[in-house]
Amino acid sequence: MTNQRTIFRNAKLADGKVVDISVVGDNIESVGANLDLEGTEINCEGLIALQGLVDLHTHLREPGFEQRETILTGSRAAAKGGFTAVHAMANTSPVADSAAVVEQVFALGQAAGYVYVQPIGAVTSNLEGKQLADLLKMNQSRAAVTVFSDDGKCVSDSLLMRRALEYVKAFGGVIAQHAQDPNLTVDAQMNEGALSFELGLAGWPQVAEEAIIARDVLLAEHVGSRLHICHVSTAGSVDIIRWAKARGIKVTAEVTPHHLILTEDLVKDYNPIFKVNPPLRTEKDVLALREAVADGTIDIVATDHAPHTADSKDCEFGQAAFGMIGLETAAAVVQTTLIETGLIDWTRFQEVLSTAPAAISGLTRHGQKLVTGNAANLTFINPTAKVIVGSESESKSRNNPYLGLELCGQIVHTMFEGTFTVKNNQIQEIHHD
Amino acid sequence: MKHLLSINDLSKEAAIDLLNLAVEMQQVNTREIKKIPALTGRTVANLFFEDSTRTRISFELAARRLSADVINFSVKGSSVSKGESLKDTVQTLEAMGVEALIVRHNHSGAVNTIANSDWSKAVVINAGDGTHEHPTQALLDSLTIRQRVSGLGNKGDLSGLRVLIVGDILHSRVARSNLLLLRKLGATVGVSAPSTLIPSTIANYCDEVYFDLDEALSNSFDVVMMLRIQSERMNSAFMPNSSEYSFGWGLGDTRFSKLNKNTLIMHPGPMNRGLEISSKAADFDQSAILDQVTNGVAVRMAVLYKLLAQEKKND
Repeated sequence: MTNQRTIFRNAKLADGKVVDISVVGDNIESVGANLDLEGTEINCEGLIALQGLVDLHTHLREPGFEQRETILTGSRAAAKGGFTAVHAMANTSPVADSAAVVEQVFALGQAAGYVYVQPIGAVTSNLEGKQLADLLKMNQSRAAVTVFSDDGKCVSDSLLMRRALEYVKAFGGVIAQHAQDPNLTVDAQMNEGALSFELGLAGWPQVAEEAIIARDVLLAEHVGSRLHICHVSTAGSVDIIRWAKARGIKVTAEVTPHHLILTEDLVKDYNPIFKVNPPLRTEKDVLALREAVADGTIDIVATDHAPHTADSKDCEFGQAAFGMIGLETAAAVVQTTLIETGLIDWTRFQEVLSTAPAAISGLTRHGQKLVTGNAANLTFINPTAKVIVGSESESKSRNNPYLGLELCGQIVHTMFEGTFTVKNNQIQEIHHD
Repeated sequence: MKHLLSINDLSKEAAIDLLNLAVEMQQVNTREIKKIPALTGRTVANLFFEDSTRTRISFELAARRLSADVINFSVKGSSVSKGESLKDTVQTLEAMGVEALIVRHNHSGAVNTIANSDWSKAVVINAGDGTHEHPTQALLDSLTIRQRVSGLGNKGDLSGLRVLIVGDILHSRVARSNLLLLRKLGATVGVSAPSTLIPSTIANYCDEVYFDLDEALSNSFDVVMMLRIQSERMNSAFMPNSSEYSFGWGLGDTRFSKLNKNTLIMHPGPMNRGLEISSKAADFDQSAILDQVTNGVAVRMAVLYKLLAQEKKND
């Protein structure tokens, strides 16, 4: 099996060059025009060939919340969305705050075999924000954790945040902050503004995010550490990050697909599908976030794929869980909002959904150039497809905010380490032998 | 209109129609036998997830005077983890054939959730949802104003009238519904409260804003509506303490004595006597507080009649 050759014919690279790509085993054998080789031919005319997509922010829910998602179902959803690597967030049960848990997640990811599952470690023990977790042990474990996050909760204690930043510097780690001042967001349900008042829902002021980002970039500067900001959602945050980068602070930032396309107006009917943390903001924020991806202020798009059971969304808004799924729609949302609008090209697309997230995490087989000898982690997109989002999904959950929306682009093939996980739009069954 | 979830569900004409219908219902309420057979054989449920004796009995009386069968369903707390979900509760009542759900809930929008769901075909009437709205309270307040302020007569809108709402504008569902309805009916509405309790976007919802109550009271309002202040606001730094609130925004004896004699004083109840309103102000002739209670029954009869007898017939 492994020595058979697959040749992708006439695919267009991000830079526009049309090439053939041949794969043998789990590596790229060669890339070039009209390769004179024999093997299984895949006609890729009209398709764009990209480095396999990398998600830096995925909730796979296992262990502990398998009714929402498992590492296997989440991996399949990721593959369907063109991803070859995902980063599993730490807020599982038990929390991924020890070598034992991150190694378990890592092993389950390998067993599933659809994507590279890179665990993220918790910053603080049990996400309690009181004491640092076993950061070094997680880094030295087989899971080789470099990204640490209490995502879902903010590391709000300034001293603890400073120490975490300093501590992980020793082994090249990065703290991914969920920027939300807990005191400013008690019971908060949606963006604070005219609409939150009208709906009588407790507001989530923009300053609750921006104040933490401002503090953290200054802390990162003070201790000379790397900081990553999860799911930036406001125009004000963009300004602060832009300022920090101009100052030379080592900060990277992510935006979710949903914050690039959805606004708070969707909350009007109290539909909990649109309840998410951080909340959907205004049109002005959406436009600022798009600009920020285009000008490089925001480095990556990450899904914050957050599966929830039907019950936890089929209830009062105030009672409902925060979060939406997004692995399968991420690429199409980015194409629709950024490429179709002329804000970015496919080179930037590949950067924000593959190269940059892999670089933040230090992955060596993902986010690498499509050249001879690199890992065969590939994604093929049909950019002219228009797809109306339906309820079918590889995820276990259906909290999909895009139902009925028409998006541009479709993942046609995904190849993970030389194996098709998606072929001709169809998820492949991976057989382990 | 199938449900009454928000004042936004009513056009100006529909609101005036409801008030006029309520006037007819008031006549029923003055008869010796206070009952008409309009809703005989119909079943309505008071579904209360939050304690509220006055609103519940007002709705109950309204339904009974229309000859409907009434069941009371009180649920303490609505956490999915603690007990039955909203969906299960509503489906249970649907299975029993309840035709109208009068819902009081601690979560804003819970009434919308029920109305928009496929859990039940019942008419949904909002009896107060979280910090969102309390539309029947606003209707009874407008009816009271229309009848008590001289020169307005018993029909028509409130144009030319000046109403001041004082208190927790940010969290009050009574304030939200009143802001919407009073302006829909043509009144000029001012608000006064500590700035922590007035949202920064208030300009979209009212005509005048006063952080200083004394300044507000010197600006010739025809109606002053005092809101109940919740004790929990003191614990979340909205204001230092109750005596500071009383000092700044309470309708105490001194402020009351300076008021024009014709100013109508209102309060949705229950009152914190001595906090947002003094007994002297509450019990004086200028106070319409008991009229509000009386009119509540008539307004709720009108809403039930409209939604169950008139609108349903048109389906």
